[in-house]
Amino acid sequence: MSESATSTRDQAGVAALVPRLRRICGEDGVLTDTARRRTYESDGLTRHRAVPGVVVLPTTADQVAAVVRLCAENGVPFVPRGAGTGLSAGALPHAEGVLLVTSRMRRVLEIDVENECAVVEPGVANLDVTRAAAPYGYHYAPDPSSQQVCSVGGNVAENSGGAHCLKYGFTVNHVRGLDIVTPSGELVSLGGKSPGAHGYDLIGAFIGSEGTLGVATRVTVGLTRSPERTVTLLSAFASMDAGGRAVSSIISAGVLPSAIEMMDALAIEAAERAVACDYPEGAAAVLVVELDGPAAEVDAQLAEVTRLCSEAGAFETRTATGADERARIWKGRKSAFAAVGRISPAYIVQDGVVPRTALSEVLRRITELSAASGIRVANVFHAGDGNLHPLVLFDDAEPGAEERAEEVSGAILDLCIEHGGSITGEHGVGVDKACKMPRMYGPDDLATFDLFRRALDPDGIANPDKLLPTPRLCGEQPGVHRKVHPLVESGVAEQF
Amino acid sequence: MTLAGESGTGGRALREGTRADAVGGLVPAHVARPDGTEALGRVMAAAARERLSVVARGNGTALDWGGVPRRLDLLVDTTGLSWIEHIAGDLVVEVGAGTPVAELYGVLAAAGQRLSMDPVRTGGTVGGMVATGVSGPRRLLSGALRDLVIGMTVVRADGVVARSGGRVVKNVAGYDLAKLHTGGLGTLGVVASVALRLHPLPPALRVVGRAMPSREHAERTLAALRRSTVVPSAVELDRPPEGPGHLRVVLEGTPGGVGPRVAETARLLGSDPEVADALPGGWGVLPTEGTLALVSVPPAESVRAAAWVGELSGAVNAAAHVTGSLPAGALYVSFPRGTGAEAVGTVVDGVRSVPDWSMTLLRAEPRVHAAGVDLWGEVPGLPLMRAVKDSFDPGRRLAPGRFAGGI
Repeated sequence: MSESATSTRDQAGVAALVPRLRRICGEDGVLTDTARRRTYESDGLTRHRAVPGVVVLPTTADQVAAVVRLCAENGVPFVPRGAGTGLSAGALPHAEGVLLVTSRMRRVLEIDVENECAVVEPGVANLDVTRAAAPYGYHYAPDPSSQQVCSVGGNVAENSGGAHCLKYGFTVNHVRGLDIVTPSGELVSLGGKSPGAHGYDLIGAFIGSEGTLGVATRVTVGLTRSPERTVTLLSAFASMDAGGRAVSSIISAGVLPSAIEMMDALAIEAAERAVACDYPEGAAAVLVVELDGPAAEVDAQLAEVTRLCSEAGAFETRTATGADERARIWKGRKSAFAAVGRISPAYIVQDGVVPRTALSEVLRRITELSAASGIRVANVFHAGDGNLHPLVLFDDAEPGAEERAEEVSGAILDLCIEHGGSITGEHGVGVDKACKMPRMYGPDDLATFDLFRRALDPDGIANPDKLLPTPRLCGEQPGVHRKVHPLVESGVAEQF
Repeated sequence: MTLAGESGTGGRALREGTRADAVGGLVPAHVARPDGTEALGRVMAAAARERLSVVARGNGTALDWGGVPRRLDLLVDTTGLSWIEHIAGDLVVEVGAGTPVAELYGVLAAAGQRLSMDPVRTGGTVGGMVATGVSGPRRLLSGALRDLVIGMTVVRADGVVARSGGRVVKNVAGYDLAKLHTGGLGTLGVVASVALRLHPLPPALRVVGRAMPSREHAERTLAALRRSTVVPSAVELDRPPEGPGHLRVVLEGTPGGVGPRVAETARLLGSDPEVADALPGGWGVLPTEGTLALVSVPPAESVRAAAWVGELSGAVNAAAHVTGSLPAGALYVSFPRGTGAEAVGTVVDGVRSVPDWSMTLLRAEPRVHAAGVDLWGEVPGLPLMRAVKDSFDPGRRLAPGRFAGGI
């Protein structure tokens, strides 16, 4: 296991800033002792670790701006961090830099029902937006699986989606306004309650920029009217191919479910062992399909989807309408990542995208890869939009197993690229996949990304060594989940 | 000159500009018509070597949008980049910038699919649609144009061909540079092709409409629709100069499902609504003449804004026609042809004086340009936009002056 940096590195540059950081953020807003800094050494991708030079916990946008200005004046890098649930090491700290944590900026400033929007600070947990909007019959549509803890600011940085982004889109489709602190420390307000901001769509380009263009300090998000009816289906198939056929026929029939999730036999086995989800016995694949909208439309779609699943070979289909019943269906799916720990000592979680039409072919190739290498792969994924999350299992006690697992994991990404897909559908590039960017984009494409980055961060201090490949970075290996994230272990968060 | 060698083969690849090619009164010295993305790259590289100012043109339906360019040496005609690659099974299309919008919609419709947003101009190209970036009425379900662009290939000012995004909907690898070019009026690069997310054509469509007897009725109706769960694709106001206007709600879904939604919508609109199973003619298409503006307001204020624009413009004898999506807070203001700069300026100042309201002149008549009316007003983040422009086009040769803040 390679540690990117340790606390023993020289922190002189950062250390010199501490007195001024304390004046900005207060005594308790600056963490310098090693033990406390160490608690921030990784995000959800625990394999990459670095103890931050100093941690600051600002409470206002002005404090964020002052901290970033200080960094800019002294050429000290900063790394923004929300709740630290990211899975690409996008919030990996810089050993000689400032880790700027937004966790103390967690007020829901306004729920504006008339204008169907909420104004929140970046540290607000995703689910807390929905909780605040629910009494008015609204919710915040992007629902990443870590939504109980992940922050809205982190969602902005990663352009987070979630199981329901198939119908409702990603963070970028819901943000109307952003206050950002630029890498030079300026506080800029973009957009607001009016959905159409004018000039270049900087909001759109900032979302998904992984903290490399600055820090969001205030976010105005659109709220979605909660649907009249929601129905969840669980359909069991004797083969992955049959399940894949069902997905294709649902999509080509013109039905747009809010979610279509798929699990293979190995993932089902893990989920059964972990949470006893009681999925149909003998299933080689299950589909979880959710339909929502006006009651009459949902009823019509439900009949259609049930028929299509049955035509594709489903041997059992269950339907749930009540919240508790629906949660029981989702339980197996939502626990799948953590549950894999029950059947394997270690695993790599991959995030790749293939065109829906290539889904069956790619799944077959993954099976072949697995058979040829002897490395087991559990498949749990967002089938509706072709977003694969293969879990590559290995025993870290066995010499060479990790390297073989990494090869399989990398080969799966190659399959995604080969079929015209993407190296990441939702986890982001971060440190983890920066070196894989050249497999998806050509040198001119990457140079153009860099032109944009340099326009806003000419000195390269905002989350350096993330998102784009650098010589310094690309000696490193892809990420391995050696152990379950503490938040998952404690039941606070789920991963998928 | 090098341009001649780089424009590709065929007699139409490079020619001298004529009065018919003028943009804002500027006649370009040359017009190049590259036959593909690579040829476009070579043309742009040659233009860079010769430090030529460049404006891109599709079918020329929106050359009068934005500011008047300060210089124009080379007009790049993109109509040679006309191709459609429809990946029907993935609900994705990749399309050359010079492809006519109508042709794209035709090809998609034949396969039972669509780009689920209504274009505001007829006769334009996909490149022009993207560069102007505005969307028509149906945007409430699947989003506006910017939400449907999933990948883009752009030729930079220096001729480098660069791609961002891809052909899959879910993709967070790299910066979403297409957002900057969508609505960028060709000031950051020349769009060569676009990948778009598609949706199936809904099996059933109904339009429930009613004349609004008063502004208050329209406001109550909008609030009631917001509270309802009928899930409209469009809620479109059409307010002629004499007001108070007509409201149309578009519902799309299944033949069995749409009925109850129509009934509920009709009830919310008030007595005697009209129900049609097709969109009215000219749906969403904006007038091709006269000064045209986009007013953005918080959605709950959109009825008030429409009424106020109507009254303000009426008071200066320039009674404007206001249309637009009420839940999106996006109103198009069409002034009669020949409306003077002073009258336009009065309405612009009035709207911009309200907090959270903005007004952009999408297309201004020459007299409005001549009078120096500010097309954009205050644009938050303008210094950042200038930084982006300087990075992508350091020589400021791409449609200089066409964008906000003289960019």
